[in-house]
Amino acid sequence: MTSRIGVVTFPGTLDDRDALRAARLAGAEPVPLWHRDKDLHQVDAVVLAGGFSYGDYLRAGAISRFSPVMETVIEQAKAGLPVLGICNGFQILTEAHLLPGAMLQNDHLHFVCREQRLRVENAATAWTADFAQGQEISIPLKNMDGRYVADERTLDELEAEGRVAFRYLDGNPNGSLRDIAGITNAAGNVVGLMPHPEHAVEPLIGTGGTDGLGFFTSILKKLVSA
Amino acid sequence: MARVVVDVMLKPEILDPQGQAVQRALPRLGFDGIADVRQGKRFELDVEGPVDEAALARIHEMAETFLANTVIEDFVVKVES
Amino acid sequence: MTLDTVKHAGETPDTEQPWSELGLKQDEYARIREILGRRPTGAELAMYSVMWSEHCSYKSSKVHLKQFGEKVPANDAMLVGIGENAGVVDVGQGYAVTFKVESHNHPSYIEPYQGAATGVGGIVRDILAMGARPVAVVDPLRFGAADHPDTKRVLPGVVAGIGGYGNCLGLPNIGGEVVFDSCYQGNPLVNAGCIGVMKHEDIHLAKASGPGNKVILYGARTGGDGIGGVSVLASETFDDTKPTKRPAVQVGDPFQEKLLIECTLEIFAEKLVAGIQDLGGAGLSCATSELASAGTGGMRVELDTVPLRDATLSPEEILMSESQERMCAIVEPQHVERFMAICEKWDVIATVIGEVTDGERLEIFWHGEQIVDVPPGTVAHEGPTYHRPYARPSWQDALQADDAGALPRPADGAELKDQVLRLVSSPNQASKAWITDQYDRFVQGNTVLAQPEDSGMIRIDEETNLGVAIATDGNGRYAKLDPYTGAQLALAEAYRNVAASGAKPLAISDCLNFGSPEDPAVMWQFAEATRGLADGCLALGTPVTGGNVSLYNQTGDTAIHPTPVVAVLGVIDDVNRRTPIAFAQEGQLLYLLGDTREEFGGSAWSEVIHGHLGGLPPTVDLDREKLLGEILISASRDGMIDAAHDLSDGGLIQAITESCLRGGKGARLIVPDGLDAFTFLFSESAGRAVVSIPRSEELRFTDMCGARGLPATRIGVVDGQELDVQGQFAVTLTELRTAHEGTIAGLLA
Repeated sequence: MTSRIGVVTFPGTLDDRDALRAARLAGAEPVPLWHRDKDLHQVDAVVLAGGFSYGDYLRAGAISRFSPVMETVIEQAKAGLPVLGICNGFQILTEAHLLPGAMLQNDHLHFVCREQRLRVENAATAWTADFAQGQEISIPLKNMDGRYVADERTLDELEAEGRVAFRYLDGNPNGSLRDIAGITNAAGNVVGLMPHPEHAVEPLIGTGGTDGLGFFTSILKKLVSA
Repeated sequence: MARVVVDVMLKPEILDPQGQAVQRALPRLGFDGIADVRQGKRFELDVEGPVDEAALARIHEMAETFLANTVIEDFVVKVES
Repeated sequence: MTLDTVKHAGETPDTEQPWSELGLKQDEYARIREILGRRPTGAELAMYSVMWSEHCSYKSSKVHLKQFGEKVPANDAMLVGIGENAGVVDVGQGYAVTFKVESHNHPSYIEPYQGAATGVGGIVRDILAMGARPVAVVDPLRFGAADHPDTKRVLPGVVAGIGGYGNCLGLPNIGGEVVFDSCYQGNPLVNAGCIGVMKHEDIHLAKASGPGNKVILYGARTGGDGIGGVSVLASETFDDTKPTKRPAVQVGDPFQEKLLIECTLEIFAEKLVAGIQDLGGAGLSCATSELASAGTGGMRVELDTVPLRDATLSPEEILMSESQERMCAIVEPQHVERFMAICEKWDVIATVIGEVTDGERLEIFWHGEQIVDVPPGTVAHEGPTYHRPYARPSWQDALQADDAGALPRPADGAELKDQVLRLVSSPNQASKAWITDQYDRFVQGNTVLAQPEDSGMIRIDEETNLGVAIATDGNGRYAKLDPYTGAQLALAEAYRNVAASGAKPLAISDCLNFGSPEDPAVMWQFAEATRGLADGCLALGTPVTGGNVSLYNQTGDTAIHPTPVVAVLGVIDDVNRRTPIAFAQEGQLLYLLGDTREEFGGSAWSEVIHGHLGGLPPTVDLDREKLLGEILISASRDGMIDAAHDLSDGGLIQAITESCLRGGKGARLIVPDGLDAFTFLFSESAGRAVVSIPRSEELRFTDMCGARGLPATRIGVVDGQELDVQGQFAVTLTELRTAHEGTIAGLLA
């Protein structure tokens, strides 16, 4: 049976169609989920896609985090449901305290859109198992509020437990502490990152790279073997 | 209707590039002597009914869970007469 | 204040009215009284004044714009022409594409962030109102001198506004231009374009027919934004002595617009609307009068039902308000409930404010009392037409006689190299990545090409790989020297850009930015430019689908350069065949297509090295442009070339620099026989492109060019890590990159 990957649409979500397409290209059955609907429709994994949910008003991700669908996502993520938060999705995960730390406006105060090299620092999570430890990948980055911050103790803990999942290479694009581009929870089922794997899944489109597909094939392999 | 104000500020240790940008602009505009600028948010809540202890407790809870992100922000609740 | 009802107006014919303050001329006011057979009410006066303003009525320009409808090339791609919100073009496989460019110049000078942001919002709603899903935006921008302090205020604000709004809508920003010239110092040009895609059967038109159908206003609440902005902001020259003429600027809410887009597309998908119109300039005055006049004419509106953000607004202000993120739909009664449910799903406020009637009058009521009773066509379409005097300016001959060919040229290889580096690092020729990296170009996952490529290209069908391309171009310097030729050069360049990326040019939209029409010299520029554009479109077979005119772009008595900006839309059957600009493969052969002449009038070289503007712009040969386009498209389709770059401002050296840096490869160039190195590198002759050809394809390619009669000259090879112009100079890619990519951030960051 094909694995079902759900992608949540909040008001103001932008990359939901892209994430559904990426899931489909990886071989999954893409399932659109709606923010007002608590039912996750038997999906095997959830993607919180990028965008500006609620216009990033109040704080990026702060309003979406209290939506009906998130009640179920939070509850099931704690029970092991694989969840990938991309960009605004990452912001929602930190606001929901499924991942530690917070996201602030880029230190240079500009929106940044560029191709970004990353190092996969943890290839053991549900969403990175198809990569090699230390593998360098290149996917688009585009955000206004991409500066990852947390207190020193939290950062030390993340480092010690191998929970920094991705680190920026070739220059820090937004002032994130310790060049952190993405992190995972202790169990490895909840992963969040600022760059956009769903925009790097087809050779001709976007940057022309396909390094983003690995996120989706990782979760599919994990779901099939589970 | 009574008004309650919630001021939300980034914690002192968190970098505030917007505040810094404002501070850097001040001398250019002829405003000298400002050592630091931090930018925050102010929420004005018009409260229905009495602003008693219970109401303030609810507002405090609202600020803590929603208006501020206590990972990066502090907040202060004030009753305006 | 008592309500000025229709009845009251009939009883008080002698009441003084502020027609002059509202921008109407005496004869226009008299005409309104004649139409109505009485004096207008305050609300009617507001509607007429705003709809008869230059911005809405095109009263100075329409006698010239008529040519676009008269000189129409035989082209069966046009599905909807001029007159609707935007034109629609057939791109095959059942798809239709709509696109348009509009100006938001004056608001962007006053408040750069909001001015630019609401410019994006407005053009996106225009496209949406045609029934299309918006798929990409482009932004042709012009600012004052790059090193002027005010440019540092305006440019970052405009760029942040475009990004802040467009990024939040989820529309990839795939192209446009950034040009600096001191003529735009007090009057930047902020043009915004949008492309939308739909199936043929989904085309929607702005008309209200079917008595009993409901008029639904949905989207944001109405506030005091930009009241009178259309007639005052867009039609008056800036004048520091009258600060009271600067009314409130509209503030955009991109989140609301994103909801409006998704909500509207869902409403379209269920076929719930009979007609639709966005609310832009002139707000409800425009939407109600245009919808009614395009239908059977009758409409009744209860204005007090309009949801307000500011409860103190008067009926006149509600009619004039330019609050953003609003749409007006005509819905059959049986669909109203479903329409409302979809709006509720997307948290969009929707209100029935009236209905279509079987009369021929637009009637507006305020708490039961009638304040408007007009034939809607007289408001929407029967505004004045001006035949403004125009005359070739007295200085034109002297300007053209000041030949750029006589300027001192570099004496040796060292000086040539120095001038090359100065050229590619000059603000106009330098990389604009600092700006375009603030725009999301990846969202929606269909972007095939984006800036700095020759055109922006979007895949519109994932199964068949059908795509569309768009390029916008305009060169105010050329147009100043000769507006007729300048307009054709803008058209030719955009056409060439689309073809160079492998797409077939289909149709154009334009944004005509000029000074005051009350100046006969400006009016002559406008007349010449429109004539040139119309003739050019006829020759190239690309009809004008619609566009926008922005007049009064001047500070005091000084007009901007005449700046017709042209957007060319093209189609490509399979985006896999697109041609990028990057020289990415060592050993590939470089060919220069077209003829190179000593043409330096208005050139980037004359500007950067000599601060000069004079002489004649490059000559235009539209048959040659067409042939070049056909060769570029064939070569792309048959896999004969792996890179192509059009030649325009900055000439060959600019194109080679961009292609080398994009691909990270150097090139060895040989100056062809019959040309000197200087002309080879810096000439701006039109109708040219440079291509990179795999050796295996050389013969096939040159045979094709030979058979079709297109000059193709081998000028070098992709090689190494430096740009080597043999016998002249060499420069490393690193040095070239530093020069080309550091300038804009250095000036603005």
